[in-house]
Amino acid sequence: MLKVENLHASVGDKEILRGINLEVKAGEVHAIMGPNGSGKSTLASVLAGNEKFTVTEGKVEYMGEDLLTLPIEERSRKGLFLGFQYPVEIPGVTMANFMKLAVNEHRKAKGLAPLTAAEYLRLMREKSAIVELDSKLTARSVNEGFSGGEKKKNEIFQMAMLEPKLAILDETDSGLDIDALRIVATGVTRLKREDNATVVITHYQRLLDYIVPDYVHVLYKGRIIYSGDKSLALKLEKEGYDWLINDYKEE
Amino acid sequence: MENETKNIINELEQSDYKYGFVTDIETEIIPKGLSEDIIRMISAKKGEPEWMLERRLKAYRHWLTMKHPTWGHLTIPEIDFQDVIYYAAPKSKPKLNSMDEVDPELKRTFDKLGIPLEEQMALAGVAVDAVMDSVSVKTTFRDVLAEKGIIFCSMSEAIREYPELIQKYLGSVVPYTDNFYAALNAAVFSDGSFCYIPKGVRCPMELSTYFRINAEGTGQFERTLIVADEGAYVSYLEGCTAPRRDENQLHAAVVEIVVERDADVKYSTVQNWYPGDKQGRGGVYNFVTKRGLCREGAHLSWTQVETGSAITWKYPSCVLLGDNSSGEFYSVALTNNFQQADTGTKMIHIGRNTRSRIISKGISAGQSQNAYRGLVRVASGADNARNYSQCDSLLIGDRCGAHTFPVVECSNESAQLEHEATTSKISEDQLFYCNQRGLSTEDAVGLIVNGYAREVIQQLPMEFAVEAQKLLSLSLEGSVG
Repeated sequence: MLKVENLHASVGDKEILRGINLEVKAGEVHAIMGPNGSGKSTLASVLAGNEKFTVTEGKVEYMGEDLLTLPIEERSRKGLFLGFQYPVEIPGVTMANFMKLAVNEHRKAKGLAPLTAAEYLRLMREKSAIVELDSKLTARSVNEGFSGGEKKKNEIFQMAMLEPKLAILDETDSGLDIDALRIVATGVTRLKREDNATVVITHYQRLLDYIVPDYVHVLYKGRIIYSGDKSLALKLEKEGYDWLINDYKEE
Repeated sequence: MENETKNIINELEQSDYKYGFVTDIETEIIPKGLSEDIIRMISAKKGEPEWMLERRLKAYRHWLTMKHPTWGHLTIPEIDFQDVIYYAAPKSKPKLNSMDEVDPELKRTFDKLGIPLEEQMALAGVAVDAVMDSVSVKTTFRDVLAEKGIIFCSMSEAIREYPELIQKYLGSVVPYTDNFYAALNAAVFSDGSFCYIPKGVRCPMELSTYFRINAEGTGQFERTLIVADEGAYVSYLEGCTAPRRDENQLHAAVVEIVVERDADVKYSTVQNWYPGDKQGRGGVYNFVTKRGLCREGAHLSWTQVETGSAITWKYPSCVLLGDNSSGEFYSVALTNNFQQADTGTKMIHIGRNTRSRIISKGISAGQSQNAYRGLVRVASGADNARNYSQCDSLLIGDRCGAHTFPVVECSNESAQLEHEATTSKISEDQLFYCNQRGLSTEDAVGLIVNGYAREVIQQLPMEFAVEAQKLLSLSLEGSVG
């Protein structure tokens, strides 16, 4: 589904990604961990197409296409979803209205007719239940005045609405209390299917108690320096990153 | 990616002004220029009584003593008032018994503009007094309104048919001495609408008027007078779309509203005159005086969505004369390319316990300049006056300007006045978020701007709100990058 080869990306003169290699297949869950500033969020942003970053080298294949040449909205319509670490507020635009536009753009790209108001409302009700999102929130402006937990639930709600092929969740667990964490993680798990894949970026192993990864990767200084299975996350939790980082001194 | 954005921008900037077409109708015009003879000619063509001519001449003589105002935050090329044609009427049969008799070319024009003049009018529940250039072509729903004693007709007709009302009210809120353009309008006004709602009557439908400039080089000087008698209610809509022109066109209208005791008037405008091309050539000069007078317990609400015109210069105002009267002003002013706007309101508190509310949302894009100018004046006798003002500015790109000139003159210590102001930009983060959910940048900008303007759009009657939302997105095409 996703094949990243030797991906380099910079912001200004500063190179942040320095040769990422990663392959994600349908049905898989990958976790990306690593110390602060190692480039985890940058990787997510670059895959989604954020123009703050410049890709200087490498290629990314997504569903058989060259991902890097696609405009941001095309990537979304082709099933790539980014759960934001810091969801953005859009004053005056209701969540319901925002998602209606998004859902119908996705449908249009698939050659489907837009949903009727009734169909849309039904869909919205069904999907907000998955993350126990207060239905009143959909009548409020996008992320405006939402608590930290509500914002994150709202990201997963949007993921549920758009049914992505590849979901990249950028620190969806940060700032969540244990209940919210469970709700969000369970939501993600319920949305998992054989034909989609999830990449979870996280600092903490506790999220991985709910979202069980097939692979765990450690990102450090813009490279994946180590990959393993779920047990790697447990080891990192116990021992930190030092043992890995020491092995991988700056060349 | 950046190049691609630029390509999109270029493509969008090519998109022509949607309503930029010219109707091919024979037009009856009088010679260019302004003089007492021209005014006599206008008055005679309209078959006006002597007293009206006298009023026009008085205004003209006063106008001659006045100088063009310079205080606006605007760059206005010098206007040669002798180079303007002050009267043009579509050459058509003077009296029409049914829609079938309306010039088909004219009907097509209205259709293109989406003005529902025929049967769909009944379904929409809107009565339209359609003004093509200077003479009213057709007025609908007159009979329905007449049953309730409501008068809704062209100004020319009102002058002939209801001289007492016109003599009593015309110029009572905006006298010809008020300002340069009010004097000019009083001298040469061509036509417009008159509306009278009798005591205690609630007007059963939204009243609307579409104005349209058509003949080349023709000034448009509309005059609107609305009188809501004691306890009456009316919601009045005014909307504009003009065909594209290379030559600048002067539009100096006057709108007067009299809100008698306990009456309630809602006046909504969507203004979309031709704004000029993206180099700043052409476009309408929209210099308008709009003012309402509120008696005891009366309420007047102005809502405007201003997206058109090369230069917009207007301040729909409320004179809160009676105790317990209240006024509101909701405005969205959008400027793009080289458009200029200096708009806002005046809230004049004279009576006791008077309240006013100002919500102004400016949107500047391209290289445009957008100014909010507001005056809140509390007279010494206006005990317990209250005002809330909020002026927000949204900037798109880094070549445009937003300015605010809020003025407060308070002569009563019991007044409570609040003022809030914000300036913001559409952020890259917002656009990225929208793009990531599958929205194009163009749709994202439309969405964000409509969200920003929501508080004002919500004030509009439904059919106008939909149109206004489209207009905001349309007017911003090609402005992001």
